[in-house]
Amino acid sequence: MRAMVLVAGAVFRESVRDRVPYSMVMFAILLMAASYAISQLTAGQDMKIIKDLGLASMSVFGMLIAVFLGIGLVSKEVERKSIFALLAKPVTRTQFVLGKYLGLVATLVINLAVMTLAFYAVLAFMDLTAGPEKLVWPAPALDPRLLIAILLIIAEVAVVTAVALFFSTFSSPLLSALLTLGLWTAGHFGSDLRNFGTVVDSAPMIAIARVLYYVLPNLAPFDVKAEVVHGFPVAARHVAYTLAYGGLYAGVLLTAAVAIFRRRDFK
Amino acid sequence: MAAPVVLVAVLLAGAVGVQVVRDRGWSPYQPPNPLLWVQSGPLLQRLVLGFDSLAADIYWMRAVVYYGGKRRATGPQLSYDALYPLLDLVTSLDPHFRVAYRFGSVFLTEAYPAGAGRPDLAIQLLQRGIARDHGRWEYFYDIGFVYYWWLRDYQKAAEWFLKGAEQPGAAEWLKPLAATTLATGGHRETSRQMWTQLLNSDMTFIRSQAELRLAQLDAMDTIAAVTPVLQRFIDREQRIPRSWQELAAAERLARVPADPTGVPFVFDPKLGFIDVSPKSRLWPLPIESRAHVTPQLP
Repeated sequence: MRAMVLVAGAVFRESVRDRVPYSMVMFAILLMAASYAISQLTAGQDMKIIKDLGLASMSVFGMLIAVFLGIGLVSKEVERKSIFALLAKPVTRTQFVLGKYLGLVATLVINLAVMTLAFYAVLAFMDLTAGPEKLVWPAPALDPRLLIAILLIIAEVAVVTAVALFFSTFSSPLLSALLTLGLWTAGHFGSDLRNFGTVVDSAPMIAIARVLYYVLPNLAPFDVKAEVVHGFPVAARHVAYTLAYGGLYAGVLLTAAVAIFRRRDFK
Repeated sequence: MAAPVVLVAVLLAGAVGVQVVRDRGWSPYQPPNPLLWVQSGPLLQRLVLGFDSLAADIYWMRAVVYYGGKRRATGPQLSYDALYPLLDLVTSLDPHFRVAYRFGSVFLTEAYPAGAGRPDLAIQLLQRGIARDHGRWEYFYDIGFVYYWWLRDYQKAAEWFLKGAEQPGAAEWLKPLAATTLATGGHRETSRQMWTQLLNSDMTFIRSQAELRLAQLDAMDTIAAVTPVLQRFIDREQRIPRSWQELAAAERLARVPADPTGVPFVFDPKLGFIDVSPKSRLWPLPIESRAHVTPQLP
């Protein structure tokens, strides 16, 4: 366990060296600039738009960090040959892979936590400076339900990190990036795969689509941004099932990644 | 270190200078209507990969900028052709974007050239809102309003007000309004009653519209009050007065009457017609009540 934590700590330090925290600064600047700029263009919808923009930015920044750092987690060590020095230490390959994953997820959680603080600060400022248009807001500015959307964003990027890490164990960074982005894209077409039967009659095609629906990561349920922005309730059951699904799916990918990595011959 | 910084500054200044000179004799091509590469809401929903709400915001801002730009524009090319497709995309991407339905219907109904002059499309948009956004009573009211104010179909207006009154959480005044509409549709007092309700709207844009319309109704009241004076002159002199001044002197008016914004009314000596000045922000008045205030010519 200690070895895993040490690997995770090293990943975190490396991400700081890779200037990942800059994304938080960019996020804060983007939000503040947007809150000033859009108020003239939105016919009183600036609060909704800032919430949409804030949550979408967190999702995009999180996904980009997960993909572009995740794909290098293992392959970079192999390319730089530092894997030999690492594996000579008392670290098993399983601990190495899981430590890498936890390190990147911790980086993402800290990143998104800071972004959340910046997000709420901007919302608080808008709340304080708002006039009677407050009455038309479908949900309060500092609505705690936004945290549900953020929690599910974190869960989604944790799944994406697992996907990137999985590909990173056996392919090049470029190919891993393409495959991860491809799966992320496919993950948003879950409902189309599920409802394939309504557009085609071929039973085998419907069966294939149904298999893909269950095998590919289904990322659409992680997206409750629109619901929380409009102030609609999000069922606790949905959140619990989605978190459980995310945990299980990431578990599948990590198990596969560990299995592949353990068999790899680095000579 | 200093040399590269200076070089960067010089090159940047050069680039800015070249741009300034180029822009004096060139402007980029701007199509009269924005290009909508994707016009299908369901397709766009798939393309935005889960960022539907943000995409809806972007299209909403495009719709607001488009409408605002067109309102300020002049010339024969002025058209609002892209307004409905933009609003259609906004509400496809975010079916709960309440403001897009309500403001959108105002943008669509406003008489040309201040708006698209398409109450039919406004009704279509609001009916989508009813179908996709929990059948809010406000959409029923807005449809009734379009029938009342723009289409002058008081029977249909009353029907929609009644349907709205049956929705959960509907305002209590909707049912009496339906009755009044049926009884006295087309009267300024009924119009005033409806706009007064909208004055309490939680949306700034709708409130300002209501303020404008109420001021227009006040102007119409004043015109209606002055018209008998004009009629008296016409009956006595068997001709239309040549100017406001002549009418004011003959009928001992203290001053030329002005609309609620303080801009004097204009008088058309050929047609004998009193109207708000084109310089007033109340211009043009709705056609609705002109019939009641036009004097009988000799």
